[in-house]
Amino acid sequence: MPIPTGPGPIGRLGPGPAGAKPRRTFSGRNIMLYGALIFFALYYLLPLYVMIVTSLKGMPEIRMGNIFSPPMEITFEPWVKAWATACTGLNCDGLSRGFWNSVRITVPSTLISILIASVNGYALANWKFKGADLFFTILIVGAFIPYQVMIYPIVIVLREMGIYGTLTGLIIVHTIFGMPILTLLFRNYFTSLPEELFKAARIDGAGFWQIYLRIMLPMSLPIFVVAMILQITGIWNDFLFGVVFTRPEYYPMTVQLNNIVNSVQGVKEYNVNMAATLLTGAVPLFVYFVSGRLFVRGIAAGAVKG
Amino acid sequence: MTGQAHAGRPNKLFRNLNSKIASIPMILTALVIFLGGTLWTVVYSFTNSKLLPRLNFVGLDQYDRLWDAPRWIMSIQNLAIYGLLSLIFSVVIGFLLAALMDQKIRFENTFRTIFLYPFALSFIVTGLVWQWILNPDFGVQSIVRSLGWTTFTFNPLYDADIVIYGVLIAGLWQGTGLVMCLLLAGLRGIDEDIWKASRVDGIPVWKTYLFIIIPMMRPVFITTLVIITSGIVRLYDLVVAQTSGGPGIASEVPAKYVYDYMFQAQNLGQGFAASTMMLLTVAIIIIPWAYLEFGGKKRG
Repeated sequence: MPIPTGPGPIGRLGPGPAGAKPRRTFSGRNIMLYGALIFFALYYLLPLYVMIVTSLKGMPEIRMGNIFSPPMEITFEPWVKAWATACTGLNCDGLSRGFWNSVRITVPSTLISILIASVNGYALANWKFKGADLFFTILIVGAFIPYQVMIYPIVIVLREMGIYGTLTGLIIVHTIFGMPILTLLFRNYFTSLPEELFKAARIDGAGFWQIYLRIMLPMSLPIFVVAMILQITGIWNDFLFGVVFTRPEYYPMTVQLNNIVNSVQGVKEYNVNMAATLLTGAVPLFVYFVSGRLFVRGIAAGAVKG
Repeated sequence: MTGQAHAGRPNKLFRNLNSKIASIPMILTALVIFLGGTLWTVVYSFTNSKLLPRLNFVGLDQYDRLWDAPRWIMSIQNLAIYGLLSLIFSVVIGFLLAALMDQKIRFENTFRTIFLYPFALSFIVTGLVWQWILNPDFGVQSIVRSLGWTTFTFNPLYDADIVIYGVLIAGLWQGTGLVMCLLLAGLRGIDEDIWKASRVDGIPVWKTYLFIIIPMMRPVFITTLVIITSGIVRLYDLVVAQTSGGPGIASEVPAKYVYDYMFQAQNLGQGFAASTMMLLTVAIIIIPWAYLEFGGKKRG
């Protein structure tokens, strides 16, 4: 893959070629440049702004005003309602149930998939056996196959195992579909570590698991963090698997959100809908803002998951 | 590399045993799910499975029916329009943003954060926000009307002719940040000396981009295109959140067709045939790419 996974060009800023020459701040070029950037920035920020202001308005104000006007009277009631009492189907306990379901799905899926993929990547990088490349190729090609092609056979497998419709089933599915990109990520990372380390440990008599636990693991904290970001945001944002592989009581937040907003009965409460949307987006946004550059590295390495 | 360490052992199967044990999940996933699951679906797409999968082969019946279904034709058309425009616009906008970001600007981090944050959000969230902004009674249309243009009409989500463009707007908002990031990485990978040389020769900046930089970034562009395309074929959540395929069937997409036939219409055979067509589409895109990317070389 030509996508940089290490501390590659993304993180590097070359020294400016015009470093010595003093530049005027208000040159025509700068006005054009920053004008364009600010224009684009406003376009990208607009939906976030609209979500926030809508979620803080009361319904009468929404019916009167336009979606861009700031709230005249700020109310947090829509947030409370979205979290605790909004209805989906027969349940009226808001998004809170979906939130906890998503937590119960995301945490184990992330941990298990990273654990398995890191050991896999380590085996592929340092202990390659005959045929390993073939399996790996199938895995990577498999990442491009539309999920729809594999969904039904998985339904059958899960049903045979007796875990179709449960959280366990969904956790397994997320682990499976996280496998290609994570294995690739770890394989590339472990391959990039100096081989002498591995050889020295071998000479000292360390085995497969010892080298993994005592040498590779402590050296790969950054890549573990990148993998975590990738998995947390990916799994939290999933909709299709949540809808296919779980029953309504286990629906993750995204599915529940869609049901709340797109339900046909009742008056549409746009402020509650937008508060619910923000609540659902809060976790990935939090991860994104906190992780900053690591997120960029993560998606650059994991963009194949698309 | 370490295989030789145990070369004396008689049984091949147990050589490097720990590594094989560690790879079991990968092997199972690759063979059972990715290979097995795909083959299973393809095989069953030639049966007349209804509520349950049954091995009752009917040849290409499902495919005949599929290509006679107006809803499927609509899905394909939508995907073609969405896909083509999404490719063009995300690459153009993404490259423009990347080029702007590469001008040694101040606050680069802030701008990058702003352009990329939509990508962190799910398609469901994206779809619902844009459903709200494009709402004819409160959103863009009503605002422009209140400014004085009382006959202004911009109502994509409720107009069957243009609904797919409404989906496109949201899709671009979500995805262009990623394209910018990938292309920016590509731009940063280009030697500073190229720029110096073109400056010395007095070549205008736009010409340098068009005739020197972009051709040099070919591999990055190809990867970006493959990533965007494989995402386009999967387009599902966004449509569900924004329009539920409506009005009528005007914004149906193949992924939704598959889901509806498998899990709602209980017509598995149709679902399998439609998903096999999706697989075929991806294969047509991926195989030439894989050939270009890995064809000549031995190692990936």
